[in-house]
Amino acid sequence: MALMNIIQAVNNALHLEMESDGRVIVMGEDVGKFGGVFRATAGLQEKFGEDRCIDTPLAESGIIGTAIGMALYGLRPVAEIQFADFVYPAFDQIVNEAAKYRYRSGGMFSCPLTIRMPYGGGIKGGHYHSQSPEAYFVHTAGLKVVIPSDPYEAKGLLISSIRDEDPVVFMEPKRIYRSVKSDVPEGEYTIPLGKSRLVKEGRDVTIITYGAMVHIAVEAAMKSEEEGIDIEVIDLRTLKPLDLETIMESVKKTRRAVVVHEAPRTCGFGAEISALIHENAMLFLEAPVARVTGYDTPFPYALEHKYLPDAERILTAVSDVMNF
Amino acid sequence: MIYSLFVAFKMVEIISSDGTLKTGIAPDISSEQLLKIYEHMVLVRLVDERMILLQRQGRIGFYIGSRGEEATHVASAAALEPEDFIVPCYRELGAALIRGFPLYRFVCQLFGNRDDLTKGRQMPCHYAFRDGNIYSISSPIATQIPHAVGLSWAAKIRGEKRCAIVYFGEGATSEGDFHVGMNFAGVFKTPTIFLCRNNQYAISVPYKRQTASETIAEKAAAYGFEGVRVDGNDAIAVYKAVREAREKACNGGGPTLIEAYTFRVGAHSTSDDPRAYRSDEEVEEWIKKDPIATLKKLLINMDYWSEEKDKLLTERLNAEILETVSRAESVPQPDYETMFEDLYAGG
Repeated sequence: MALMNIIQAVNNALHLEMESDGRVIVMGEDVGKFGGVFRATAGLQEKFGEDRCIDTPLAESGIIGTAIGMALYGLRPVAEIQFADFVYPAFDQIVNEAAKYRYRSGGMFSCPLTIRMPYGGGIKGGHYHSQSPEAYFVHTAGLKVVIPSDPYEAKGLLISSIRDEDPVVFMEPKRIYRSVKSDVPEGEYTIPLGKSRLVKEGRDVTIITYGAMVHIAVEAAMKSEEEGIDIEVIDLRTLKPLDLETIMESVKKTRRAVVVHEAPRTCGFGAEISALIHENAMLFLEAPVARVTGYDTPFPYALEHKYLPDAERILTAVSDVMNF
Repeated sequence: MIYSLFVAFKMVEIISSDGTLKTGIAPDISSEQLLKIYEHMVLVRLVDERMILLQRQGRIGFYIGSRGEEATHVASAAALEPEDFIVPCYRELGAALIRGFPLYRFVCQLFGNRDDLTKGRQMPCHYAFRDGNIYSISSPIATQIPHAVGLSWAAKIRGEKRCAIVYFGEGATSEGDFHVGMNFAGVFKTPTIFLCRNNQYAISVPYKRQTASETIAEKAAAYGFEGVRVDGNDAIAVYKAVREAREKACNGGGPTLIEAYTFRVGAHSTSDDPRAYRSDEEVEEWIKKDPIATLKKLLINMDYWSEEKDKLLTERLNAEILETVSRAESVPQPDYETMFEDLYAGG
C-alpha cells in the first residue's frame, strides 16, 4: 500500500501495464522525454524506451489516427490528449473511425485503444483548459467513457480501460490531480468498467455524480447531516456502459435524485440520467430529478468558482427536491 | 541562391501507347505476374459495368466504379506481399480482388445481405476483408491515411518486414488527415506507401481547385521524404514504383508518396453525372489512354496473349459475375437483432 495522488496512481498504472504487456504503447505530446505536462507519464520513456513511450508531433488527429492504426495491428496504445479541450481535431477519428470500426467491419477488426485526457475546471484554465466534453463521447455508440474520482479509482479503472477490447475515453479530473490522496495497492488490480460505487449510504436523497464533483457531493452530504437530511452519494465511475441498476435501486429507496456535473446543463450527461430515472422509476419519485451543472456558457476564467457546482448549490437542489 | 527547391517531376512511363516498351527499360516482372494483373484489371472493368447496370435497374442502391484507373490499384497491390496492409479509400476494388477478396462476398456487401462479411451495415463498396489484410472502408475522406501510418509504424516497432499501402485521391490531399499522416510518417520513418490516385476530379472539383501545387508528388518534400510521379495508366510503371517503395520501406528506408497520374473516366459514383461539369472531349482524350487496352497491346506484342484468349477471358469472367450476382441476390437481409451486435467485444 502507498499513499498516492491521482497523477502517481495513473503513472503507476502505466508503469505496471507497460511492464506486464509489451503491446502497451504510450503516445502523445510531451509524454516522453518531459514525462507529460502533468508528469503523468514520468519515467516511462527512460524505462521502456522511445519506441514505447513516444513524443508525437502536435496533431491530435494524428495521435489518435495513428493510435487507431496501432490498435488495429494488435498493440494497446494509450494515447494522451493534453487537455480535453483539444480533443476536437481528433473527434472525427474517435467518433467516425475508432467507435465504428468493429461494427462496420462486422466484427473482423477492433480498436483496443485508450485515450487519456485531463478534463474539468478549477485550475484557472478558462475556456480552453477546463472543459468537460464527456457527453459527446457517451452519445457515440462504440465508445466507453470512464471518469475516476480518486487515486485508488484512477489506477484500477485505468488498468481496466487499457485491458478493455474497445476504445475507452478516460477522463482525469485535473483539479484534484494532486490534492486528493488515497491508499493505493502497489501491485496491479482492476476496477470493473460499467459498475458504479456507493460512496456514502443515505435515506433521503441520491446524488449521482462523477469525477471531482464526487468530493463536492460528499462535502454537501456532510453539511446536510446537520439539517437532518441523509444523502446517498453514487460515484458513477463509468458513464458508458452505465450502471443503471445501482442508480435505480438507490432512487427507488430514497425517491429523490440530484445529478451533479461540471459540464454545461443542456444535453449534459445529467439530462440522460434524469430521463432514465423518470422512465424507470416515475412512480417512485417524490420530485423531478434535479440537475446541478455548469452553465450554458463557455467556461469562464475570472468567475470560475461561480460556474462550478459547489456544496451550497447542491444543498439548494437537495432542499428543492426535499420540499417539492 | 536557390531559385527553386523543386525539381520538375518527371513522370515515369514504361509502356508506350502503341503497346511497346519505352526504349531501354526492361520490365522486371514475370509474364505470370503481368497476366494476373491484366486479368484482374479486366475483372474490375467487367464487375464495374455489371454493378452500375444493377444500380440503374434499382437492384443495388449505389456503386463506385473505377473506370480508367484499374492499373492504379491492381498493379500496385500486385507488387505487395500478402502480409502487407492494404488500406483502401473506396475506389480500389482491384486491390481487394487480387488479394483474394471473394467476388461473392463483395457482391453480398453491395446487396447488404446476410452473407456480407460486414453484415449489411454500410453502403455498397464499403467492405473489409481481414483474411486479406484489407482494412475497413469508411466514407469520410483521408481518415484512413493515419491508420495506415499507425499500422506500418506498429510493424516497424515490432521489427517486422511489412509495409502498409494507403490509397486516396488527389482530393484527399486537401484534408488535414493527409497532412497529419504524411507528417507522422516522415518524422517516424514509417514503412508506408502513400498511393495517390490523381484522377483529376474530386466529384466535380478539378485538380487546379484542389491544390496550387504543380504535382502531388512534390508535396512529399515538405515532409522530408521522396515523392514519385508515375503514369497511373501504365500498369508496369505503377507496379515497379510500388515494388521499389516496398523494398525501401521494408529495409528501413521509410515512406514514399507515389502519385499515379490518371483520369476518372466514369462518374464519381452512381449518384453523379459528370456531364454537368466536364466535356466529352476531355474524357475521350483519356479513353484513348485506356490502361487495359494499352496493357493488352503490350501482352499481345510480347506473345503472352492473344485476341482469342481475351475473348475467352471476357466470356468466362462475365459468366462468373452473372452467376455470383444471381446467387447473392437471392440471399435475404440480416436479421433485425444484428443491428445491435458488434458495438463492443462480446456482442
